[in-house]
Amino acid sequence: MSRPWTLPLRRNRTGGDDGRPPSGRGAGNPLQALRRRFHSGELGSVPVVLGLLVVWIIFESLNPAFLSPRNLSSLSVDIVGIGMISTGVVFVLLLGEIDLSVGSVSGLAAAAFAVLNVNEGVPEILALLLAVLAGTAVGAVHGFFFAKVGVPAFVVTLAGLLGWNGLMLYLLGSSGTINLDDKGLVAMLTGFYFSHVAAAYGLAALGTAGYFLACYQDVRRRRAAGVPARPLSEIILRTGILAVISLASAYVLNQFQGLPLALLIFLVFLVGLDQVLVRTRYGRMLFALGGSVEAARRTGLNVDLVRISVFMVSGTMAAIGGLFLASRVTSATQTSGSGNLLMDAIAAAVIGGTSLFGGRGRTWSALLGVLVIQSIASGVALLGVQTAVQFMITGGVLLVAVTIDSLSRRAQRAHGRV
Amino acid sequence: MTAPPLLALRGVFKRYGAVQALADVGLEVRAGQVVALVGDNGAGKSTLIKVIAGVDPADAGVIEWDGRPVHIGRPHDAQDLGIATVYQDLALCDNLDVVGNLFLGRETVRAGLLDEVEMERRTLELLDTLAIRMPSVRMPVASLSGGQRQTVAIARSMLGEPRLVMLDEPTASLGIEQTAQVLDLVDQLRERGLGVLLISHNMGDVKAVADWTAVLRLGRNNGFFDVMTTSHEQIISSITGATDNAVTRRSAPGWEVDR
Repeated sequence: MSRPWTLPLRRNRTGGDDGRPPSGRGAGNPLQALRRRFHSGELGSVPVVLGLLVVWIIFESLNPAFLSPRNLSSLSVDIVGIGMISTGVVFVLLLGEIDLSVGSVSGLAAAAFAVLNVNEGVPEILALLLAVLAGTAVGAVHGFFFAKVGVPAFVVTLAGLLGWNGLMLYLLGSSGTINLDDKGLVAMLTGFYFSHVAAAYGLAALGTAGYFLACYQDVRRRRAAGVPARPLSEIILRTGILAVISLASAYVLNQFQGLPLALLIFLVFLVGLDQVLVRTRYGRMLFALGGSVEAARRTGLNVDLVRISVFMVSGTMAAIGGLFLASRVTSATQTSGSGNLLMDAIAAAVIGGTSLFGGRGRTWSALLGVLVIQSIASGVALLGVQTAVQFMITGGVLLVAVTIDSLSRRAQRAHGRV
Repeated sequence: MTAPPLLALRGVFKRYGAVQALADVGLEVRAGQVVALVGDNGAGKSTLIKVIAGVDPADAGVIEWDGRPVHIGRPHDAQDLGIATVYQDLALCDNLDVVGNLFLGRETVRAGLLDEVEMERRTLELLDTLAIRMPSVRMPVASLSGGQRQTVAIARSMLGEPRLVMLDEPTASLGIEQTAQVLDLVDQLRERGLGVLLISHNMGDVKAVADWTAVLRLGRNNGFFDVMTTSHEQIISSITGATDNAVTRRSAPGWEVDR
């Protein structure tokens, strides 16, 4: 178009150039749309999906056991602990802040559950609830010091990283390890599988159908309102891709032990929290605050409250993740929540496409990122190579992800100043 | 002119620490009138805008809306009265799309969830009435040009169907053609019977579009001129303080220069 924008109050102008509404989402054919997105720096999850495919192809070619049902099934459970923590981290990253305490908080929650349930005899459900709420409370403390007192989030949560780890060690006492009931509720979190084939297929079918209906309903409402809508062909294509991926996953999982309960819970959290981010006013506030604090403040938004809330979300999700990690080893130990857990959780969110600069990200990035990280870990373990190699590969992938993030941000800037 | 002014300020004071940003400032804006607020840097123009918008409430003073005193303590108070503000920095969230920015802070909700369809419909409708063209209302505003961003900001101010629009240097970063278009828009707002308070550094803009010019100097009123009958030089000298006797062509209560 020769005149890319014309504000213009020439209201007697003779209609639109092409008789269509002056603006809309339909941007020509999909290829053009992709090119436009590429140039304006909105790549979304394309790089991480490609990266995941590369990782899988490489490891599969090195060791055919990599894509075996057994390994993939175990992978689908292994991702849940870190994935939950990473999902909480996404909320903090959306504001352009960081939470370094999630590893320690996850260990603290596991220890709290173990002490309450095993040592003090508190019923499992109650102990589980208290452990999760402890994570929420810890997040509220971090949020208070960050939002109300004005201490940088980096420092507050660094203090948390040390402090909560200390509290965990104190709780665990001299023995250092508390074994959980291996038939108990927490053990079941990662130990239970829906072994009937209908479970996995049913979930895949339900998810796909739900997605299609939601999209279709959206198109119908858009048409009724006279607003540009996605073409049906695009929706069918997207649904088709989702159907292939989910049915293939269900097939693979059924080849081993069936649908893991852990994976089901993780997916429910991902979908639920994604809806919160994208379809509620609260979620919109997070994006707004991540985009421009001043703009958000001027709309009358209670900035402090939102800031505190994201740390509460990340604390809660860290605690939930910690319980899944404890479930995997059916114990709470002195090493719970230590090691590279923290780095993996943050790296997963960033590798998955959540921006470190705030304002861009979805919960799905936690899933994709943690899949990449755990695939590398699992592949390296299968090959019997030292973990040194795993660290180096993961580090390289993280660097690539952050580079893409920075470059796309720069592309957006450059594009915006044309 | 028997109807009370849309907005009237009297004896407004505002202090930031040791700095007296506004001292005994008065101002009137009537419906269907464009009042230009001019003054040198640091004269208190932006502070006055923030007081009216409720971002930084006044320390003392009376604000009257339609002739009755009101309290503006937060941005919501001003919005509820029907005061819309377009800030110089536009206050757009770069990562949100046009629809998201337009409805920021007043999203349409259906059954507890954002009603994107309804918001997009109203966005298209609004852009159409203002004859604004956008490549897509679903693009992040980061990828829009400076002129388009200004357009989005002005469109956003119109969404709440305000009665008074305050524009802070709307043409400062625009080219000649784009400036003319924004001034056309200001004209259109006046024709719709809205009050417009326009901050500007550009005397050309003021001459072109304003009915009255209010001059602030060092946080105080320094004249209120009818643009048609006042010369450029008189306004400039009032801004810079070159003349001791600020010419006040219209004596309204509270408009005497306080010495």
